[in-house]
Amino acid sequence: MVTRMGAKGGRWWLPLSFMMLAGALFLGVMIGPAGSWGTASWNIIWNIRMPRVVLAGIVGAMLSVAGASYQGVFRNPLVDPYLLGVAAGAGLGATIVFALGRSSTSGWPIDPLPVVAFAGGLLAVLLTYLVGASFGANRSGVTLVLAGVAVTSLATAVQAFVLQRNNDVIREVYSWILGRLTTADWGDVKLVLPYVVVSTTVLLLHRRHLDMLRVGDDEAAALGTHIQRVRLSVVIAATMGTAAVVSVSGLIGFVGIVVPHVVRLLAGSSYRRLLPLSLVVGATFLILADIPGRVLQDPAETPIGVVTAFLGAPFFIVVLRSRRGAA
Amino acid sequence: MSSLVFHELAVRYGRRDAVASFSESVRPGEWLCLIGPNGAGKSSILRAVAGLVPYHGDVVVDGSSLRLRSARRRAELVAYVPQTPTLPGDMTGAEYVLLGRNPYISYFGRESADDRAMVDDLFDRLDLGPFARRMLGTLSGGERQRLVIARALAQEAPILLLDEPTSALDIGYQQQALELVDRLRHEHGLTVVSAMHDLTLAGLYSDRLALLHRGHVVAVGEPAQVLRPETLSEFYGVSVAVHHEPDGTVVVVPKRTVG
Repeated sequence: MVTRMGAKGGRWWLPLSFMMLAGALFLGVMIGPAGSWGTASWNIIWNIRMPRVVLAGIVGAMLSVAGASYQGVFRNPLVDPYLLGVAAGAGLGATIVFALGRSSTSGWPIDPLPVVAFAGGLLAVLLTYLVGASFGANRSGVTLVLAGVAVTSLATAVQAFVLQRNNDVIREVYSWILGRLTTADWGDVKLVLPYVVVSTTVLLLHRRHLDMLRVGDDEAAALGTHIQRVRLSVVIAATMGTAAVVSVSGLIGFVGIVVPHVVRLLAGSSYRRLLPLSLVVGATFLILADIPGRVLQDPAETPIGVVTAFLGAPFFIVVLRSRRGAA
Repeated sequence: MSSLVFHELAVRYGRRDAVASFSESVRPGEWLCLIGPNGAGKSSILRAVAGLVPYHGDVVVDGSSLRLRSARRRAELVAYVPQTPTLPGDMTGAEYVLLGRNPYISYFGRESADDRAMVDDLFDRLDLGPFARRMLGTLSGGERQRLVIARALAQEAPILLLDEPTSALDIGYQQQALELVDRLRHEHGLTVVSAMHDLTLAGLYSDRLALLHRGHVVAVGEPAQVLRPETLSEFYGVSVAVHHEPDGTVVVVPKRTVG
């Protein structure tokens, strides 16, 4: 007998998503204002388009896996790195580094920018969690999202205050927030890759625990799960990865909520499939979302965050509606 | 088969004593049923054994304290079925029951082939085959309850804790679920501690009853000794008639006091 437990439907999703990723990579490298293969020089392909496509893939993968993980660990399908305040916290951290002077840190062995951005992001998500938990006994979805909104506002306000006292860095900070996906080089890829690899590895290793948490804290604990250890490990790993990619890509919203939801619709809610599939589909999604920006308003660039928000905001509303129906 | 001993167990929520000082021994293979009005401390006792609330005193299984065990080691000894289990609507029956193997899987590990075979076998023995691939959201209350019990059995723990296992079920499913627990108790030599509201069912299936009132045990013994009209009216504040059937079954029937 083919065991009921073994062969699960949906095995073909992973190969299929890899094929889609390969297609997206191809399109991403081929399409651009300088023309496609043959007309565009190798230099443009290798040093301008390739790092940009690879970085978009890394960012999309990281934001999607982080989004799915946050949703699992908070048992709330509405949260993503942006709604939890991670991005705003990371932005505040980066602003502080710029305000203290980039030149003074240039000789440091480790670039403090991603580290401080991570610290800011982690602080923000912990604050969101504590506020959300203290007002909503069961950390109900809406309370957590509202807490995230409050924390985001606070971080943005502090950031504005810091910027006002340091007028000279506004340009640097603003371009950091907008991201530099458009001017990405291989150095940016090298900067984020270690953080993303560590973060996604830790998150993928917690897939089984995220499935355990789906039955609620009490039952998961009664089944022998260390709830706090799992929650802390996942939040730290997801926040580290998010802060790292935000430090090169700028604010790109909705990826972390749209991609996991599409994957859930197609391949089910089990985190063992959801996390790896979100990784691949997220990379595909952001590579594709980055393409219209290059050609829509050529020669100007449409920021990728605009494209994802354009797709993501209506999607978020649909998710909210379907959840109300379910509850 | 394992014995379970409560040694001056006390559970406090803030300043309120949910359980004052509960001492009791449950023999290996015995079914002890905790009864009592709402807020008597039944659930708190079960939650303490499952390690979900801090407690004073001690809970001892086969001579060793549960305090000394990690959450995972505790889950190897004690399986807990809560009053209202959370069943994710988009999880399959097989995925759900497989969660019960968690105590045997290392932190970064995955279910082994043995774990899957064990759960597969469980589906066969409990006649749950058709539900393995079904989503939990599509199942009836009785079918869900059987899967919850299956998940508890997948833990292979010698002690089974049931908090109001039948409160959400109709009379047919109630009987079915309790018959299942009773059958498994004999097949696997499980020691069962349950909390129940239905006094007749409690008396019908358990070996002994412990009547709790505001955190204190006020009566312990076989069903016929505990289910007496005077006792019940004193602690539940109700007027009941207690009938003894020829086969030994004790039936508790409420009496109308007005009209």
